[in-house]
Amino acid sequence: MPAPIRLRELIRTIRTARTQAEEREMIQKECAAIRSSFREEDNTYRCRNVAKLLYMHMLGYPAHFGQLECLKLIASQKFTDKRIGYLGAMLLLDERQDVHLLMTNCIKNDLNHSTQYVQGLALCTLGCMGSSEMCRDLAGEVEKLLKTSNSYLRKKAALCAVHVIRKVPELMEMFLPATKNLLSEKNHGVLHTSVVLLTEMCERSPDMLLHFRKLVPQLVRILKNLIMSGYSPEHDVSGISDPFLQVRILRLLRILGRSDDDSSEAMNDILAQVATNTETSKNVGNAILYETVLTIMDIKSESGLRVLAINILGRFLLNNDKNIRYVALTSLLKTVQTDHNAVQRHRSTIVDCLKDLDVSIKRRAMELSFALVNGNNIRGMMKELLYFLDSCDPEFKADCASGVFLAAEKYAPSKRWHIDTIMRVLTTAGSYVRDDSVPNLIQLITNSVEMHAYTVQRLYKALLDDISQQPLVQVSSWCIGEYGDLLVSGQCEEEEPIQVTEDEVLDVLEGLLVSNLSTPVTRGYSLTAIMKLSTRFSSINRIKKVVSIYGSSIDVELQQRAVEYNALFKKYDHMRPALLERMPIMEKTASNVHTMFFGGYVWYYFFTLNCAFLSLAIPPMTAYSKNGLKIEFTFERANPNPNIAVITIHATNTTEADMTEFVFQAAVPKVSHDLSVTFVLEWPSQSPDLNPIENLWRELKVRVAQQQPQNITALEEICMEEWAKIPATVCENFVKTYRKCLTSVIDNIYRNFWTIKRT
Amino acid sequence: MQFMLLFSRQGKLRLQKWYVPLSDKERKKISRDLVQTILARKPKMCSFLEWRDLKIVYKRYASLYFCCAVEDQDNELITLEIIHRYVELLDKYFGSVCELDIIFNFEKAYFILDEFLLGGEAQETSKKNVLKAIEQADLLQELWEPPQGWLSELSLPAST
Repeated sequence: MPAPIRLRELIRTIRTARTQAEEREMIQKECAAIRSSFREEDNTYRCRNVAKLLYMHMLGYPAHFGQLECLKLIASQKFTDKRIGYLGAMLLLDERQDVHLLMTNCIKNDLNHSTQYVQGLALCTLGCMGSSEMCRDLAGEVEKLLKTSNSYLRKKAALCAVHVIRKVPELMEMFLPATKNLLSEKNHGVLHTSVVLLTEMCERSPDMLLHFRKLVPQLVRILKNLIMSGYSPEHDVSGISDPFLQVRILRLLRILGRSDDDSSEAMNDILAQVATNTETSKNVGNAILYETVLTIMDIKSESGLRVLAINILGRFLLNNDKNIRYVALTSLLKTVQTDHNAVQRHRSTIVDCLKDLDVSIKRRAMELSFALVNGNNIRGMMKELLYFLDSCDPEFKADCASGVFLAAEKYAPSKRWHIDTIMRVLTTAGSYVRDDSVPNLIQLITNSVEMHAYTVQRLYKALLDDISQQPLVQVSSWCIGEYGDLLVSGQCEEEEPIQVTEDEVLDVLEGLLVSNLSTPVTRGYSLTAIMKLSTRFSSINRIKKVVSIYGSSIDVELQQRAVEYNALFKKYDHMRPALLERMPIMEKTASNVHTMFFGGYVWYYFFTLNCAFLSLAIPPMTAYSKNGLKIEFTFERANPNPNIAVITIHATNTTEADMTEFVFQAAVPKVSHDLSVTFVLEWPSQSPDLNPIENLWRELKVRVAQQQPQNITALEEICMEEWAKIPATVCENFVKTYRKCLTSVIDNIYRNFWTIKRT
Repeated sequence: MQFMLLFSRQGKLRLQKWYVPLSDKERKKISRDLVQTILARKPKMCSFLEWRDLKIVYKRYASLYFCCAVEDQDNELITLEIIHRYVELLDKYFGSVCELDIIFNFEKAYFILDEFLLGGEAQETSKKNVLKAIEQADLLQELWEPPQGWLSELSLPAST
């Protein structure tokens, strides 16, 4: 059997494959050869075969049949075998398979090997992929090695301990004694890994944190030596001595100084020193400055130091290197709440970053800009942000629009400015605004009473330009429906009033109804707007015609509205003005205008409620009073949640006969996605309809009637007699059938009694 | 650090070091998606991005992309330095390293990485010490013979 081909040979061969299929064929052939070689337990070439398998695995081919072979290599005495074996274990095995546990014994032996490079392999593998079980078994060995004087092993043991602690946090205690003199090491490798270990322990346990706080002076000293020491060729990176160690020490200081005044004070000087003396021409210096800034902002540093830190970030913002700019924006975002004024000073630089080419930088700059908006800078900031909204990528538009609305709401200097800003957003990013913006804007407009004429005029003009952006169209339709009279009468004071006739307005609204660009929701808004104009305009006939046409629309939504509006013209014309009158000012909690229609089996009635009723008290009203049937509605806010309105229906029968098959239908319009309308049917406890005793009274009535009593005394006697005669079985029966009666009632509630239609 | 990937401009993986436990399937998926994302980025964009819930730091050296996924608290700028240090180590070891060196000697690239990083953190900050350790280990590989014992009577050839 010829020797298996060498690794490099295989790589060369596979690279000559011109197609995926050719490559696959070569791989399969080689895999077959390797498999048979494994089966023959060939010790000599196992290493070579596994190495080839690892190469093929990297190309994406399955290599699981090599897992056990890796274990055999690890158990081998040859260093080459062990090296490849451990590499294979790290690449092919994962802790979720039990196979990996077979490694534990080998690793244990190798941790005690006479050659440090073998020990190193074992530590590396354990620290990279050791499972919790393995860590538990081998923690003792790691702890032993943490105390060795061999710095090559000590540094590896420290990081291995970090991994053990991450996997099995309870084992942290056992490493505590070994940490005693870790920081007195001269070897930078050991120092670095020790600091990492201490950081891990302090982050995980408040007790450890307290314990290690006393190390602050020592850490400060080490850091100082690094900064002050001359050129050290071994650790120098662009003129800075061991930046990796410096950064880790700064990070540990951050954790130790957090929420502790004394520790923070002890590090103030060194932080100031690092912040001012570090060379910033290369990335490495900036990396240290960055870590320093993070530390200063997190500990209890004095204000001068904090200002220094923010200024460093400000300088970062002007750096040519976009990575530095990115990092600065991220940090500023973290500190903008706590050090608001300091960050404000860099506002103009931050705003400039909105024009950066990099997407991540743009996003950070946008978030930061919104955080910096306040009453003083609103006008300037909004100009920049609106410009950004105009030109930014679609992925930003929704967030930016929401941010603008929020900021405008909080800090608008005037109502007119507010409305102008909203208009600008709707016209530039209209299709990206969130759904809930429409009702919010409607509320805002309604409440800005003096701006109604101006608003409706501007919105009308916007509609003439563009009817594709649905939120804009919806808000505009609504406004025109409400304030169309102001539009036509040219009452605008803020700007030159335009000349527009009722017909022109109706043309525009009808145009929305027929346009392909309009969504069904938009069409609903337009139709309602047209309807409202029937009380504000004089061209009622035209409106009547439109409404009747849509009574046969295919769109069910529109059809329903049209039919109901039609009815409003025909049967309930006397109510129309009241129903369609202007919306009152809405409270913040109210979210939308909704129209409720109540239609019934027995009668047909509807009325309009606007959500203002949540703020105003509505007196009770008699909805129906005919032929002895009286229906009354009373309204009140629910206690304790005032956002819930409770409508109670009182039905009274003043005739002598019973009224049966009482069917009540309620139609609820689809208000908004967010608003939930729930109807709770409350059946009062003393309600006679479902009380089984009523059945008994009827039984008694029938029996007494049969006896035909002639006077009151006889009546009394007969009642008592017949009552006593009613057998217990009759009562039992009533009880037995009560459950069936209830379920049938419930069924009918949902089917006939209450038909809640969503319109 | 959670993982480090090296891949070519065509998206071929040259090295993958994972410091978190994930199944082979999950690793493949992450590699594939992340490689696509990074290759789609323009040269002028910054070296950092947020991907899923990770911070990604990447840098291109000639035809190879070096990409690391780090934790939230990790310093991105120093991660760039770590990547650079690794490249320097490879360069010193192979003598003006290029992608082919890493393709044909991938196991050595792993060995070097494992002397520089352990469990995702730097274990040695001195370039010299890392290279010395690798040198010694390579030597050991050349010279190592199993303890002779009873096999010494049979003159067996040294196997490679």
